[in-house]
Amino acid sequence: MTSYDDSTVTELRQMANRLRISSLKMIYQRQAGHPGGSLSAADIMAVLYFQVLRIDPKQPGWEERDRFILSKGHASSLLYSALAGRGFFPLPDLDHWGELDCHLQGHPDRLKTPGVDMTSGILGHGIAVGSGLALAARVLRKSYRVYVLLGDGECQGGIVWEGVNTCAKYKLSNLTAIVDYNDVQLDGPVHEIMPMEPFDDKWRSFRWNVIKIDGHDIVQILNAFEQARQVTDKPTVVIARTIKGKGVSFMENKAHWHGIAPDKEQYEAALLELQKDDK
Amino acid sequence: MREAYGRALAEYGAINPRVVALDADTSSSTLSNFFEKRFPDRFFNFGIAEPCMIDAAAGFALGGLIPFANAFAALVALRALEQVRTCICYARLNVKIAASYAGVSDFKDGPTHHAITDIAVMRSLPGMTVVVPADGNEAASFVPLIAEYDGPVYFRLNRAATQPVSRPGEMPVIGKGIMRRTGKDVTIMACGAMAGRSLQAAELLAQKGIDARVLEIHTIKPLDKELIILAALETGAVVTAEEHTIIGGLGSAIVEVLGEELPVPLLRVGINDTFARTGPDPDSVMDACGLGISDIVKAALSVIKRKLY
Ligand SMILES: Cc1ncc(C[n+]2csc(CCOP(=O)(O)OP(=O)(O)O)c2C)c(N)n1
Repeated sequence: MTSYDDSTVTELRQMANRLRISSLKMIYQRQAGHPGGSLSAADIMAVLYFQVLRIDPKQPGWEERDRFILSKGHASSLLYSALAGRGFFPLPDLDHWGELDCHLQGHPDRLKTPGVDMTSGILGHGIAVGSGLALAARVLRKSYRVYVLLGDGECQGGIVWEGVNTCAKYKLSNLTAIVDYNDVQLDGPVHEIMPMEPFDDKWRSFRWNVIKIDGHDIVQILNAFEQARQVTDKPTVVIARTIKGKGVSFMENKAHWHGIAPDKEQYEAALLELQKDDK
Repeated sequence: MREAYGRALAEYGAINPRVVALDADTSSSTLSNFFEKRFPDRFFNFGIAEPCMIDAAAGFALGGLIPFANAFAALVALRALEQVRTCICYARLNVKIAASYAGVSDFKDGPTHHAITDIAVMRSLPGMTVVVPADGNEAASFVPLIAEYDGPVYFRLNRAATQPVSRPGEMPVIGKGIMRRTGKDVTIMACGAMAGRSLQAAELLAQKGIDARVLEIHTIKPLDKELIILAALETGAVVTAEEHTIIGGLGSAIVEVLGEELPVPLLRVGINDTFARTGPDPDSVMDACGLGISDIVKAALSVIKRKLY
């Protein structure tokens, strides 16, 4: 196991916090978006975009690059913040999200936004699409890896498991799925709307390598991806236990904050909390 | 037709290493198994999971390959429709959907297996190209063209052998209709299995002294507007013929063009907003659901009476 120096971990933690602030600002300015699931996945996205993914902002179409599919496309503000942060497009573009002539669509659009590897927004597609992308690497003898981030509520859809089956059949060890397991979906708690437990057993019985972590612990996230890279005979799922709305106390664990924007007062209160963490 | 397609895909696979074939447990029906036998490493079977096959096809295209996704037309165009819309059309990925068993050509399996709404659905999707070959030879000729065409294609294939209309060695062009018979009194515009039937209808009309033109419109989208408008202008009456519901298919596409550009008397031959039925062979099912040669003749005779000039 690689050990990560403290400065890397601290930087990634700060980056996650910046992604949270940026997402929330985007959602506030546009008065639309999905705060809950963006805040919950911020640590995972910081680790992916600022440490793990082999990408080059100067060549978004580089054939050897690692691919990332935001299957839970509603966390678009988080993805856009990460891409802008990495320099795929200018940071001020973020202020124009959703405007008619801005490339930043409501949900990610691979044709419009540099760095977006796959269009998403309808839940369920990421792993199935990723299976084809991972198989293409095999056919063309390329070494890129495919990462897919999905929600736990999203896993209620059958197409997810069709993709899971396919990855297992072809032993796609070059694909890693990450489930942002925050136990809250649009209408309420996942365990009430349509329970998914025993969740890790499901993946295991589909012949996946399963890694369970605290999805807000940078070191655990780093280690999970490191472990996934060592596996050669099956795909890996990182089941990341997270808190929906993480970092903004009044948003935490509340389905209410799945898809609405804060008003001015709420936004300022949220910023205050997040900025306090930004040390 | 499926055999011609299956063999052509396998042959083309030898020329173009970027082509991969996908199927959903129907490879011995769609005959993508010819490809599988020659290129096992470039063939992928997804089991009975058409939506996953379509999503994965999008992934293959993202990775730079040219996937031919094979399945029953009724299943890709219905069960996997959201995948087609979102991950292929909206994401504009270079996926070729080889939709087999289209129309009522799967006569023995009945209406669950018929695809009579697929043209309507597929042509409504932004960015989708829809090609319907008329016979086996033409289906085979289209394979390289479709593979090398940039963008998603819905390639609608019959299970059955159809009345041949093309000449060996003939090279179709995506987006360009083919004049199969010259004529000045009325134009029959047809696709797929109905092209051969339209030629037979034209012979019967000739016996009655009527000189019918026959256009084969194999590409439903983008539609060859020029050829269609010219024929309407020169013959003054149109009959459309397709193995599909009359709602939204070839006939509708032609009505949309002529309605805006050059309204002329027109009748559509197709399945009249109903499900078809099971039968002993494709021809008798077609005859029973309004797709008979006599239905084309009747429509032509009746539309000619309404001619404006
Ligand atoms: C197939 C589909 N159905 C419904 C929606 C609307 N929708 C968007 S997000 C969401 C809830 C997602 O919950 P989860 O996957 O747990 O994501 P997270 O909690 O991480 O935001 C729903 C129902 C959608 N985008 N796609």
